[in-house]
Amino acid sequence: MTAPLLQLRGIVKQFPGCLANDHVDLTIGQHQIHALLGENGAGKSTLVKIIYGVMKPDEGEIIWQGQPVVIQNPAHARRLGIGMVFQHLSLFEALTVADNIALGLNDAKDRIGLRERIIDVSKSYGLPVDPDRTVHDLSVGERQRIEIVRCLLQNPKLLIMDEPTSVLTPQEAETLFVTLRRLASEGCSILYISHKLEEVRALCEESTIMRLGKVVAHVKPKEKTARELAGIMISAELKPVADRRPPPETGKVRLSVDKLTLRAPSEFGTALKDISFQVRGGEVLGIAGIAGNGQGELMDALSGEMPAGRPETITLDDVAAGHMGPYQRRKLGGCFVPEERNGHGAVTTMSLAENAFLSAHLRGALVKLGLIDRNKTQDFAEKVIARFDVRTTGSKAMAKSLSGGNLQKFLVGREVMLEPSVLVVSQPTWGVDAGAAAAIHEAVLALAASGAAVVVISQDLDEIFSLADRIAVIAAGHLSEPVKVGEASLEKIGLLMGGVKAEQHHGETSHA
Amino acid sequence: MIELLVNLIVSVMAAATPLLLAATGELIVEKVAVLNLGVEGMMLMGAIAGFAVAHETGQLWLALLAAIAAGMTLSFLFAVLTLTLQANQTATGLALTIFGRGFSALVGAGYVGIAAPTLPKIHLPVLSDLPFFGATLFSYDPLIYLALILLAATAYFLTRTHAGLILRAVGDQHDAAHVLGYRVIRIRYLAVLFGGAMAGLAGAYMSLSYTPLWAQDMIAGRGWVALALVTFAAWRPFWLLIGAWLFGGIMYLSLYVQGLGVPVPSAMLSALPYVGTVVVLVLISRDHRRIRLHRPAMLGRPFQATN
Repeated sequence: MTAPLLQLRGIVKQFPGCLANDHVDLTIGQHQIHALLGENGAGKSTLVKIIYGVMKPDEGEIIWQGQPVVIQNPAHARRLGIGMVFQHLSLFEALTVADNIALGLNDAKDRIGLRERIIDVSKSYGLPVDPDRTVHDLSVGERQRIEIVRCLLQNPKLLIMDEPTSVLTPQEAETLFVTLRRLASEGCSILYISHKLEEVRALCEESTIMRLGKVVAHVKPKEKTARELAGIMISAELKPVADRRPPPETGKVRLSVDKLTLRAPSEFGTALKDISFQVRGGEVLGIAGIAGNGQGELMDALSGEMPAGRPETITLDDVAAGHMGPYQRRKLGGCFVPEERNGHGAVTTMSLAENAFLSAHLRGALVKLGLIDRNKTQDFAEKVIARFDVRTTGSKAMAKSLSGGNLQKFLVGREVMLEPSVLVVSQPTWGVDAGAAAAIHEAVLALAASGAAVVVISQDLDEIFSLADRIAVIAAGHLSEPVKVGEASLEKIGLLMGGVKAEQHHGETSHA
Repeated sequence: MIELLVNLIVSVMAAATPLLLAATGELIVEKVAVLNLGVEGMMLMGAIAGFAVAHETGQLWLALLAAIAAGMTLSFLFAVLTLTLQANQTATGLALTIFGRGFSALVGAGYVGIAAPTLPKIHLPVLSDLPFFGATLFSYDPLIYLALILLAATAYFLTRTHAGLILRAVGDQHDAAHVLGYRVIRIRYLAVLFGGAMAGLAGAYMSLSYTPLWAQDMIAGRGWVALALVTFAAWRPFWLLIGAWLFGGIMYLSLYVQGLGVPVPSAMLSALPYVGTVVVLVLISRDHRRIRLHRPAMLGRPFQATN
């Protein structure tokens, strides 16, 4: 038995306010396709950036082919024989394919006759790329091929793929798997990062599963069912929902979405396909799903940033509002908290009071004679700060001076304090510590108890299960039928999220 | 007629040179996506440093080195503030120009109205021996030749060499460049220093050749025109040359018209090269697709590495 190709021992990486990798061990054998599984934020991307030399670990040891190494930078990693295909970020749009590839090759001798070698490699692996095209004209699948070709030109011993199929159509993914299997058979190990369970079961021999920065299991994916893998990947320690009042099933429908279909806003977006649901006053609907399955588009459609066209598609308190923009929908009693805090939920270079004014001036009546009522605005902001325990120097502090969690408390608080009739929040506790998350959850539940209809869009299943009365899953732009929280099992939701069912019916090609 | 044409060419070449030198430097700076609005200030510092050293030592090559060093010193200050300390590039650049104007006036107070050695002319063999106009048309001072050579070298560097490719990559997507292991901040430092050196040289050309004496504010807005040239040439070296020649041409024409005694206020005629150059360049660079393709995507955006 030869030494394993790569061993990580006790890797620790600390970010401000977040332990991204907590004593991570990982062993990749020769010729092995090894999966790194985990939810968003589990620390997978940080770990591979450490392997590729983009980041340095705070503690721990990297052993490459039996020798301890300190990987200085990506060029060093490439010299060792490590190649990486990034999820995004690593291509230059204004440059040609050949230039992009040349930028990833260290040695001048590797760049001799590059065009011909690109064509050779792309032909022999069935990865068609045209070296003379400019990247910004290319599709996502084509861009990924460039990155793979760039790695292959260096004859890597280890190829790291960071969620390669999250941007691919099922057909493109199938072609990719053929390439990867062939590479493994030729002696190249592959570290394959994904949260798509069926995919991992089909492709990978070994797997390491991470959760919240820690390795929770090493398993052979083929010996487990997708259900079992989902169970390991997602928290097993779900807290029972504390004394929740039964949702009023007879409450008035305050938000109704009827056959909402929207074309993808860009080639990277997801089209929404025939989405229908209703939320009654006093009820919380949880929408689960893995990032990039249409959550952003659904949020924009509900808030009015992307009007739905037909007025009756979206009804707010019996008023057809599908054609309205966010301002008019706010007038009807809707409040919205988008996923992205910086620049979307808040203007980072403005004070908290000014940010409060931006969304609350209407319902909070912060305008006097067409001018900003400064005293009232400041009062309102300070009330939000006090009630939600926002750690800041005061309402005059700039939004960007707050930590992510504190700003999030402020933004959710700002909307909750307005006592909306309908509240839609996306990722309410993304990057927020446990204490702040509890405060936000409490506020959302209190709002629902007071008779508002609430929609929570989140990738965090713990959150969905502890907040929602009913749960639906969004996958590839489709929304599953909502089920009552008592009837939904974690496994079932996890499988729907992993696209186990949805993907078999609906390929990306089905929409125009 | 021939004489007029020869005069036109000679004066265009001379008037275009400071713009070409400064704009070539700024082109490299902007190609790595840094916007340094301090060109005017760096040119003024180069002008006084070159002039003072030439006057004190009589050594022209030493004067040129001093001008380069002065420009680089100011640009180094800019780099520390904007790249290391992440200060706003626009504000820092403006401050640099204001500082350069004030400081050069202070240092130069004792040099107003005195003479210093000027750059000698280099006669191109054979060509300058041509009859009639050869002597005037093919003998310029070394910086005029150098400006053309440096522009051509820069164009070659940017489009044909691997180092130039890395430079463009840093300006196009600094995060991607970082992830691939390129030292974004270090590359930007080098580019900004090059820009400073070129602006200093452009200033020295002004005070040692174009109008060989020192006067307060003698750059007279040429630094701003150089900045405008870079943008309106859509970051393409060849168009920098066209723009600089255009400026020189209009400059000559306005002086010529003034000389004929045409009844137009002289202030308007002096403004004509500035206005005319910008208008013409705006007109020829209206192709938005082309601009998007050549504009460094990260222009003016700060970069911070995550470790």
